[in-house]
Amino acid sequence: MRLFSPEEIGEVLEMILFRELDIRAVTLSVNTLPAIRGDAESSARALRALLAPLLERFRPAVDKVASKLGVRIVTARLAVSPMSIMLEPLGRAEDGVELAKELDELAESYGVDLVGGYSAFVHAGESRGDRALLESLPDALNSTRRVAGFVNAASTATGINVDAVYKSAKALKAMRPDAAARFAVMANAPEDVPFMPGAYHGLGMPDAVVNVAVSGPGVIEAVVRSLGNADLRALHDAIKRAAFKITRLGELVGREVAKELGAPFGAVDLSVAPSPKVGDSVAGILEAIGLPRAGSQGSVLALYLFVDAVKKGGAMASSTIGGLSGAFIPVSEDALMAEAAREGALTFDALKAMSAVCNTGIDMAGIPGDAPEEAVAALMADVMAIAVSLNKPLGVRLVPIPGGKPGDVYELGGLYGRVVVMDLGKYLSAPVVKRGGVAPPGVERLKMG
Amino acid sequence: MELVVVSVLGADRVGIVAAVAGALAKHNANIVDIAQTVVRDIFSMVMIVDISKADVDIGALRAELEEVGKRLGVMVAVHHIDVFRYMQRI
Repeated sequence: MRLFSPEEIGEVLEMILFRELDIRAVTLSVNTLPAIRGDAESSARALRALLAPLLERFRPAVDKVASKLGVRIVTARLAVSPMSIMLEPLGRAEDGVELAKELDELAESYGVDLVGGYSAFVHAGESRGDRALLESLPDALNSTRRVAGFVNAASTATGINVDAVYKSAKALKAMRPDAAARFAVMANAPEDVPFMPGAYHGLGMPDAVVNVAVSGPGVIEAVVRSLGNADLRALHDAIKRAAFKITRLGELVGREVAKELGAPFGAVDLSVAPSPKVGDSVAGILEAIGLPRAGSQGSVLALYLFVDAVKKGGAMASSTIGGLSGAFIPVSEDALMAEAAREGALTFDALKAMSAVCNTGIDMAGIPGDAPEEAVAALMADVMAIAVSLNKPLGVRLVPIPGGKPGDVYELGGLYGRVVVMDLGKYLSAPVVKRGGVAPPGVERLKMG
Repeated sequence: MELVVVSVLGADRVGIVAAVAGALAKHNANIVDIAQTVVRDIFSMVMIVDISKADVDIGALRAELEEVGKRLGVMVAVHHIDVFRYMQRI
């Protein structure tokens, strides 16, 4: 009897060879808190001593698994413990910049594409290390190429730290476009995200753990298109089956890399990440479900249907689902999403509405370089409010484009794609965020007891 | 057994099966299953191959088979059987 029918083999081959099914990232998450020292130089030395032996084996392990399985692994990434904790004893922004540079050098010399964790958790207020990190953010990201970070400014449990949101908006405005692409403001950041810039080594994690991010919107789009005029339930069922298979591939790769490294396998983030390549687009799925353009009326329904099917298929495929596990709608990183934004079909209002049913929030959207801080902070705070109100992780990753006007396009290249400057509207003052303070948690908090 | 799936797709011509099978035999890789067809002059073949006694690993075998494919003007891909086990079986 045949192990697999030619049809079963053909289906998998079509996904891998023609529908851009690949592994977006294998992220090695490492507890770097043992490298905490009393001065920056010693901390940098300790970081190197801790990470180098692991990184020496990491990229070769990823390449070996990709070669063994015949599956593309697009990036190998590192996540470290929140840098704000390392900065607690140091307390100076310039020390943060030094440590960011050390991580950048380490990443470059060991073939690591990005390092996440240049981050602080300030959802209820700032401590000494947090202040140093917030102050260092523009310098740290502008003076590195591979370091990524976020500010967790809101949580369901404690509410929204609007002061931190405002400071983040201010920091963002001082970043170059390529640095801004490595920075997000987040709410409820999960401990096991393999995607950047949301990845960090969570406090509940073991010494080192391997997390995996999958890609393959082209697979789902092809499935949807093959069904013609099928009704929504039939569509949902077919997406669920495809998502199961995509997530299984992530599970296999994660287990193989973990085995190679001798580190535990953490989680698969089942979010189907798009890329700027043709046929690798989440907007393509939404349009195939039945929209003239991503962002048009009906987008929330289409995204809801897609995300729900992906979660249900993925949940069956892996016992360790983690990270953001929803759907990514990064505007610049998705060719059709970027086109919809350029045409004005996809607006910030549409993205906010879509945030209610996805797990990214507003991602990789361009803003004019001269946008007022308070308008940027207000946009960020809106998404924080949605996250806290609905008890879910969400982020905001904006890219200020110097001299940019709505509709302008800025080429960031690689996975980041083409950033479209989007219109923030004509009312750009926001006294609400200037009031400052921490907005209290909502009823979702009380449901927890 | 360590099984890999060798798949070949492209314009039909004389000698595709022979060239691929020859390369496998040279490295002591054993074909355990084969499905091959030609539809409208497009050649398509899927082989399941045991490489547990082969003298090369899957990476080296892939590189060599891709070279064979290039010479013949067809696409050759090699994947580990676990990919299919994970994606097609619960």
